Amino acid sequence: MNSKDPLIQLRDVTKVYGEGPAAVHALRGVDLKIGQGDFVAVMGASGSGKSTCMNILGCLDTPTAGCYAFRDIEVGKLSRDQRALLRRHYLGFVFQSFNLLNRTSALENVELPLVYRGASARKRREAAREALEVVGLRGWETHSPAELSGGQQQRVAIARAIVTRPLVLLADEPTGNLDSERSQEIMQLLKSFNDDLGITILMVTHEPDMASYAKRVVTFIDGLIESDKRIRHQVEAAS
Amino acid sequence: MIINSFMLALRELKRNALRSFLTMLGIIIGVASVIILVTLGSGATLQVTDEIASLGSNLLIVSLGKRLGPGQTSGASAFKLDDAEAIANEVPDIVGVAPNAGRSLTVVVGNENWVTSVTGSTEAYFSVNNRELTKGRSFTAGDARRGASVCVIGDTVRRELFGALDPIGEKVRLGNLSCEVIGLLEAKGQSTVGTDQDDLIILPLRTFQRRIAGHDDLNLIQVSFAEGASTERVQDDIRRLLRSRRHLSGNEDDDFSVLDMKEISSMLTGTTRLLTGLLGAVAAVSLLVGGVGIMNILLVSVTERTREIGTRLAIGALEREVLLQFLVEAVVLSSLGGLIGIGFALGVSAVLAGMLQVPFVPDYSIIVIAFLFSAGVGVVFGFVPARKAARLDPIEALRYE
Repeated sequence: MNSKDPLIQLRDVTKVYGEGPAAVHALRGVDLKIGQGDFVAVMGASGSGKSTCMNILGCLDTPTAGCYAFRDIEVGKLSRDQRALLRRHYLGFVFQSFNLLNRTSALENVELPLVYRGASARKRREAAREALEVVGLRGWETHSPAELSGGQQQRVAIARAIVTRPLVLLADEPTGNLDSERSQEIMQLLKSFNDDLGITILMVTHEPDMASYAKRVVTFIDGLIESDKRIRHQVEAAS
Repeated sequence: MIINSFMLALRELKRNALRSFLTMLGIIIGVASVIILVTLGSGATLQVTDEIASLGSNLLIVSLGKRLGPGQTSGASAFKLDDAEAIANEVPDIVGVAPNAGRSLTVVVGNENWVTSVTGSTEAYFSVNNRELTKGRSFTAGDARRGASVCVIGDTVRRELFGALDPIGEKVRLGNLSCEVIGLLEAKGQSTVGTDQDDLIILPLRTFQRRIAGHDDLNLIQVSFAEGASTERVQDDIRRLLRSRRHLSGNEDDDFSVLDMKEISSMLTGTTRLLTGLLGAVAAVSLLVGGVGIMNILLVSVTERTREIGTRLAIGALEREVLLQFLVEAVVLSSLGGLIGIGFALGVSAVLAGMLQVPFVPDYSIIVIAFLFSAGVGVVFGFVPARKAARLDPIEALRYE
């Protein structure tokens, strides 16, 4: 891949749900380029199209029209299984409601993506332990989600997302269910992955505080990008 | 991936242990009942065949009615001793003819009493039925002619009435007849249909007819014929003889039957087989019901685990991997149920076989078929829920509350 090419490129992407007069135009022609190592906060009111855009960026959905290129791969032309493989190998997901498997230990939760990658049991265990240590949950390996606090659960979810060393981490309101102190900790963690491991992060958030950890803020209104700003100094000031 | 799905499925089932067990119950009951029925059925069949083989293949039973069995003698007049004598004298190759008349009676000795089956016959009874005596003697032709008050008793009667005492020479009372025990039959155990073959008393036919029955009807005539003679020929000869003695015209059906042991054997085993087959079919239906139960629970499980499925899909699980996960879960569930059912069935049929005194003959092909069938039920009924899970849209599944 040419390093000058952006990692992610949306060109005039539209997304329409339904048909005819009842059709909903969630995205009306979005252009977006995201380079490797960027940290993008996606903001906007609900219904602004940011979630639709995240679903497309996460290869969970395909554009109705326009082009989404991920590392020069035209995602819109891929089959469902091909997109699943793309997610498996390049993407990591963090959700607002954590989405950990119940009654399954933290370690096994973190191992899950490696199971689909076909890693051996020993390698899975090692990598999962390491990931849990990185998010500061050493010693909590055998605890099930019910035995963990919200902040800890989100750390497990983050460990699960980064255990595969993805190119891109997609976080959908990762701090939406947490108090402000836990939120700060989670944001520090994400920022460190961006800074230290060079993982590109795309994060949806409603809170400007959280967005301030990002390097760049993209705001959606009515299915279009209303603003796209780089922030430099706020980050230093915040830390 | 398969081993992985297998472990995953086991863990999932362990999480909902009670629910998994209840789901399996249908399969367990289905598999167990099929195996129990077939095992006991083939035990009974084997016993019938063995027992009849032990009677020898050159025995014929002449009875009233067109078929063996009660309630089918309507209208036909009973056999008399003359008929038995005619068979003995007029049909070639006959070795022995034992006319049988009998009823159930209370036998009294001192203050012990016992209800047993009392049969009047001739001295030929013992050779025709392959019964040996362990003690004393059988009655002679003279005893039979005279209508002597003597009898030969079976081992059960001895045990119940005499205990450890020697019965030979003792008197037993049958109604108002007092007769002397002159012989003891060798024990033979239970018969196929569960009757005790040692629970009997044999008297001379004349004694029985005069002193107990009060008439000279026979219930049936047992005929043994020479080894090497054609069964069909002897049967035909007897039929022709009896038809002429009973004045049946050419277009009238026989009102009696002459059956050889092979026919009786196939009749009995045929009944057992038919019954086993029918009950087995009913049991197989419960397997299908068990399958529907599995499908139902898996559909619930898929709905409950929608978010988990969404997470797995988002993480990069392929459609077929999710399908496989749920399919394996269904198959593990149903084949585990099958295994439990097989174990349960073997235990129960071993115990039941002991209680019913039929041989315990596990039929391995049925066990394998039942297991494969239960696994198959898992595949068939697991497919719909598994496909439903695999086809979920990850976005909607993640949003599912």
